[in-house]
Amino acid sequence: MSVRLPRIVDDVLSRPTWPGTLPRPLERRNLGVDYDTAWTREPWARFLRRAFVDNVTRPFVTALTSPRVFGREHLDPLEGPVIFAANHSSHLDTSIVVSCLPDRFRRRTVVAAAADYFFDRPWKAALWSLALGTIPMERNKVSRQSADLAASLLTDGWNLVIFPEGGRSRDGWGQEFRGGAAYLAKRCNAPVVPIHLRGVRPVFPKGGRALRRGKVEVRFGNPLRPGDAAAQADREEDARHFAARIEESVALLADEAESDWWSARKRAATGRTPPFRGPAASSWRRAWALPSSARRTSSARSKSSAKPW
Amino acid sequence: MSPRPGFVLEVDRSTPPTLFWHGEGFRFERLPEGARVVYPPEPLDGLVDPDASIRHALEHPLGDSQPLSSLLKPGMRLTIAFDDVSLPLPPMRRPDIRQRIIEIVLDAAAAAGVDDVVLIAALAIHRRMTDDELRHALGDRVFDAFAPSGLLLQHDAEDPGALVHLGLTEKGEDVEINRRASESDLLIYVNINLSAMDGGHKSVATGLASYRSLRHHHNVRTLQQSRSLMDRHNSEMHSSNWRMGRFIKDAGVKIFQIESTLNLDMFPSQFAFLQKREWEWSLLDRAAFHASRLSLDRTPPRLARQIFQSMLSPYAPTSVQAGEVEAVHDVTLENLHRQQLVAVEGQTDILTMGLPYLCPYNVNSIMNPILVACLGLGYFFNLYRGKPLVREGGVCIISHPTPWAFHPVHHPSYIDFFEQVLAETTDLIEIEKNYEHAFATDPWYIHLYRTSYAYHGVHPFYMWYWCAHALEHLGAVIIVGGDRAAVRRMGFKPASTLADALEMAEDVVGRNPTITHLHAPPLLVADVT
Repeated sequence: MSVRLPRIVDDVLSRPTWPGTLPRPLERRNLGVDYDTAWTREPWARFLRRAFVDNVTRPFVTALTSPRVFGREHLDPLEGPVIFAANHSSHLDTSIVVSCLPDRFRRRTVVAAAADYFFDRPWKAALWSLALGTIPMERNKVSRQSADLAASLLTDGWNLVIFPEGGRSRDGWGQEFRGGAAYLAKRCNAPVVPIHLRGVRPVFPKGGRALRRGKVEVRFGNPLRPGDAAAQADREEDARHFAARIEESVALLADEAESDWWSARKRAATGRTPPFRGPAASSWRRAWALPSSARRTSSARSKSSAKPW
Repeated sequence: MSPRPGFVLEVDRSTPPTLFWHGEGFRFERLPEGARVVYPPEPLDGLVDPDASIRHALEHPLGDSQPLSSLLKPGMRLTIAFDDVSLPLPPMRRPDIRQRIIEIVLDAAAAAGVDDVVLIAALAIHRRMTDDELRHALGDRVFDAFAPSGLLLQHDAEDPGALVHLGLTEKGEDVEINRRASESDLLIYVNINLSAMDGGHKSVATGLASYRSLRHHHNVRTLQQSRSLMDRHNSEMHSSNWRMGRFIKDAGVKIFQIESTLNLDMFPSQFAFLQKREWEWSLLDRAAFHASRLSLDRTPPRLARQIFQSMLSPYAPTSVQAGEVEAVHDVTLENLHRQQLVAVEGQTDILTMGLPYLCPYNVNSIMNPILVACLGLGYFFNLYRGKPLVREGGVCIISHPTPWAFHPVHHPSYIDFFEQVLAETTDLIEIEKNYEHAFATDPWYIHLYRTSYAYHGVHPFYMWYWCAHALEHLGAVIIVGGDRAAVRRMGFKPASTLADALEMAEDVVGRNPTITHLHAPPLLVADVT
């Protein structure tokens, strides 16, 4: 039995509709790119996060993916804020990167996360920003607000984990690197450490419903600084070119992961590094060409989804 | 956040119902898709220190006027005239801007050693103000200092001894004004310029004039050629006043004009929804609106009237300027337009408007049918600059209960005008020709005007003439929710609902008409291009 409120009560409680002929002013709500994450960098929140990462995230990642880390020595000479730029194919990427960072970086790291995905509900925004130190990043358009927040944190000495592809890969191949990481590096004069994650997609791909144990490899590349290439080319390097250079570095790490360091270096020297974004071909040919480390085979699907009925 | 300007909304399916004033109540009407609603601007911020602004204006006059302090001399005759109870609407919370200005003027006069000071309420042929109304407008300090000793006067347009005929303008218009004002060494006029119609030379040439003088600009021909009353450069009524004003100046009357403008903060906080756009109403606004509407529907008209008439506005002054009349008025108009002007593109077939409980002539009184017509067709229709909001031959739909009710003390001649004259004819020219003189010179009406609180015998005629431009321009006038007999008496068509009225209007303007709603008050002036 439905209960109808008296009309007058309904009239008072119902918000008036907005005329469709008028632009609706943006409501400044504490969500999305407006979400204020300052509280998650308070000492008490950092203590909780550290306890959570050390006692929940890292054991979970280790148990699920048994990560092998290569090139961590590249981080040794680095001091001050660093931008970690990784390829992105799974929700697990953040947890894996954070878990694999040396302790001195991990204690003071924030993660750029999609404002429209991780900050669209109050509970999600609070959970992820507390658990992983995420900050909202506008990925659909250029946002001064996102950039200013990230830049101010870098200036304050925080390290930043960012996925320059702007979202998880749909088919396992890489996507074009956007300019955010490069822009921030130039603006704050911070080094960018390229990271390649291999084997995460089979564990938990985009659209996947179940976790699957797997073997993950994490490769840290040589730190890149804006202007390194420019010095060689005797010209100023803009953010777009620097972003392309970061992408090339991740592609080199991917090649190294699929072959060996020496072969990858030789191919890089001759400009024959396999394309990071895969072949420019139809979807089935792209799927055909995907390395096995990025494939989630049918046997890896959950039993329920494998049922024919 | 700075106040938002007025704008024109195009109604669509998701537009919430629109608030219509309906006398001492409201209607909530859903306008057809495609209709336009002209919304007034939000109130501008008031002056930070009104008293300092007034002092500054008095000592830095506009035009060829000298500062007030240098005009005040011991032994001089000083007269201070001020606008009557018809301004502002609704009455302003204390302190009224007239009180602020007059107190500062009197401080300057006292400092200069001026003894002969008289205050005059510039009534023209309006009813006299009660002591309470004078006290409210002028404040206790001024009232108690001047009223007991007979120095607070009310202009009497029928006292031959208190009037002086200064002569005729080049167009043969009699200029007859208050003798005391005319023979003073300095006449200071304190205005409240609520609309662009107020102020300028109209202050003295109308406010302190006699019937003999007023009839030259308050007549059918002049008002038909006043397009609009809010645009003085295209208003024959203002042109006549300007001629008279310049004649008065040339006759040697020294006038120091003080004009003030107010923002559009017209309603107290419990009626805040009246100043908001419907889709921005908060929970509190919605509760206040529905509670008001429900309770007013069940309140006897007399009590509802008392509730509304006791409402005082939290107006804030936005500017004060003083000096030579025309220079002052030009600046005043700029300040008024800054607050009230709304750009509107194109005319409409049907203009709708909801009329409130108040017009300039029923403060603490009853809004009788003639005043409903005057407010709708005389004032609201004229809230334009450029072209009328409604096209020639279009229809005006007015929402108001239009009760067949009159205040017997304030409006005695209105009763006879409605019962006798309008029962015979509604034709403006015929009324002016056959009936005006008899009412204007009727000794009983004159007696009531001079000794009681009655409007002059000719006043209902002027209210009817005020509709002259609209009646000539429009194809039909429909009143929604009005007393049918009263509406028909005035030659208009009654309708029960807005939907009915729109159907009826289509018979005049054709199928699929364009509709524009004037969302006032708060007051606005449509700049129609």
